[in-house]
Amino acid sequence: MPEILVFATLNGLVTGLLLFMLASGLTLIFSMMGVLNFAHASFYMLGAYFAYSISLHFGYWTGLIFAPVIVGIIGALVERYGLRRVHQHGHVAELVFTFGLAFLIEEVVQFFWGPDTKNYQTPELLNFPLFTLFGQEFSAYRGFMLAISIGIFIGLYQVLTRSRVGLIIQAAITHPHMVANLGHNVPLIFTAVFGVGTALAGLAGVIAGPVLTTYPGMALVLGSIVFVVVVIGGLGSLPGALLASLLIGLLQSYAIAVDVGMPELLAVFGLEFPRDHPLDDLWTLNLTRIAPILPFLLLVLVLIFRPTGLMGKREQ
Amino acid sequence: MTALSTKSATTSAAKSAAKSGVWIGYLAVLFLLPQVFDSILAISIFNQMAIAIVFALSYNMLLGQGGMLSFGHAVYFGLGGFLAVHALLLMESGSVYFPIALIPLIGGLTGLLAGIFIGSFSTRKAGTVFAMISLGIGELVAASSLIFTGFFGGEAGVSGDRTFGPPLFGMDFFSDTDVYYLAAFWVFISTVFMYLFTKTPAGRMANAVRDNPERAEFIGYNPRWVRLISFCAAGCFAGVAGGLFALNYEFLTDENLNLVTSGRVLLMAYIGGLGFFIGPIIGAVILTLMNFLLSNYTELYLLYLGILFLLTVLFLPQGFAGFIMMHQAAWLRGKLHTLVLPYLATGLPALLFILCAIGLLELAHASGAELHYLGLRLARDSLPTWAGLIVLAGLCCWLTVKSTPRLRRAWEAAQ
Repeated sequence: MPEILVFATLNGLVTGLLLFMLASGLTLIFSMMGVLNFAHASFYMLGAYFAYSISLHFGYWTGLIFAPVIVGIIGALVERYGLRRVHQHGHVAELVFTFGLAFLIEEVVQFFWGPDTKNYQTPELLNFPLFTLFGQEFSAYRGFMLAISIGIFIGLYQVLTRSRVGLIIQAAITHPHMVANLGHNVPLIFTAVFGVGTALAGLAGVIAGPVLTTYPGMALVLGSIVFVVVVIGGLGSLPGALLASLLIGLLQSYAIAVDVGMPELLAVFGLEFPRDHPLDDLWTLNLTRIAPILPFLLLVLVLIFRPTGLMGKREQ
Repeated sequence: MTALSTKSATTSAAKSAAKSGVWIGYLAVLFLLPQVFDSILAISIFNQMAIAIVFALSYNMLLGQGGMLSFGHAVYFGLGGFLAVHALLLMESGSVYFPIALIPLIGGLTGLLAGIFIGSFSTRKAGTVFAMISLGIGELVAASSLIFTGFFGGEAGVSGDRTFGPPLFGMDFFSDTDVYYLAAFWVFISTVFMYLFTKTPAGRMANAVRDNPERAEFIGYNPRWVRLISFCAAGCFAGVAGGLFALNYEFLTDENLNLVTSGRVLLMAYIGGLGFFIGPIIGAVILTLMNFLLSNYTELYLLYLGILFLLTVLFLPQGFAGFIMMHQAAWLRGKLHTLVLPYLATGLPALLFILCAIGLLELAHASGAELHYLGLRLARDSLPTWAGLIVLAGLCCWLTVKSTPRLRRAWEAAQ
């Protein structure tokens, strides 16, 4: 039991921090422009594919640096020439636009790279077990993912709270007109934040691609979970996004690791049901099987009972 | 004064006559379509269209009329369909008697109940919160459908048989044509009811709540109730569409209630035009036709669909219906003919540009050495072909951009 718990915790942390790399950009973009970027996970996918293509010719480490930059530039262009144009038609149009963009990016990826899974490998340098615990190995690559995510989190926190740029960004979120009056180019700040946010998503794709497999459906799988994270954490709250990312990461990881379910629960109450009943599916449920729906269940519950999320501000 | 009132009376009489004319024409088209195009293929496309029209219209009750952007509308469609298939199965086993013609009603009732339950908590807010709840519920139901295999049949789905019921007017529903007439009946009924809904106080208030919930509250309406009513009605008609789907295909899988189906109906309604009642019908017809015409010839169909959708969002936020309605003023003032030449000047190069772009995409994607395109044989490895297409595309793009200001001036002059 302890070894399961330790590894579930470690894997949960890896997933959670990866989610945070996406959620942080999404939350920043939301608090600035008031639009939830449906295509955010698509940029994550683009990051993985670009890094794969670059790694074929120049190796993994070049991809790690250049793929997020390319994704960030594409993101900035999308904001400048797409999102800003739709902005005048209101929030619904913006949301629909990013939805269409997510749809299109998936098709574009299939156009260039084909519908099959890409053999995107972890670098040679990190192909060794970092440590062995209870006879199980924890790969160095997962340790590397953990280190990158924590580094990004600390860096983002420092930039946003300690630097002049971060100060201007924070001011532009709450008082865009005042910031503009002080002589800053607010639309440019928006574009830059969108670019950096998508670049972060791209970076997440680069480091997650080899572990979570690189295929055209990867955006859809992770995308809806990132939404769940952002909404549960509270729209626009960075600490909330961190909390919710870890919560979801750990929850999913534990649910898969721990093999208990309805039969055990019913046994506690001394109940037993016949196996050939139509409701058999309900009584034989276990946590592993419902792990994929847990985040959405949590989302619906949070939205019903605490619509502002865990750490969101009260609405005006 | 009397002259004035007589005049207004005659215009309103003319208007109502025109309106009933539109409805009669709609009914006639629905009835005559399978007589004109009577191939098996055509009938199966009409059936798809019928389902899509009801589904897209029901979606527009949410987004177009109520301002609620839903990413999970397929839930009501799918649940209605699954219940309908299970009703067919029950009839097959002989335990229940139910007329086949009323199967869509079972779907509608299921959609309505699901709408009441889910709407009771999701319609509290519109906007982003509503969109997120709908997404969460959509994913929840889609994921559950793979877990509860007893009801949803897992990945294989559930199939029934529509021919077990008693015959209706001599139709035993063996052929798709029989199903078409039944579907056409339900499409007409649903369209009439959805249109009448927009004229009821609940429908008018849905528009008010969409535009300004605060003001609606000030005149004494609870926005939440208004939204809930629209939401339930939309769920009900989505269920009817699901029931029709179950009758037509006799087969449902988890794909019918997941995000893909929800996204498709959003595309239909948006491309057709949200602000107009007829918009989703246009969208449903266009997309079903495109699906049929293109998906047989190209693997890139979804890519084109995505591009078309994004271009619509960017440049035609009112959709195709909005584009048609833009010319109403020019038509009423009898100046429509002044637009023909400018439209041709812009439209022809634009069309040529689109054809060149498609050719380039297909050429890049083609697997063989040659591509048959518009009666031409394009070789993949010949540089002149590529260069020629690119130059032509660039030229057409330049011509289109050059002629746009003239079109705009002509259009403004015609207003």
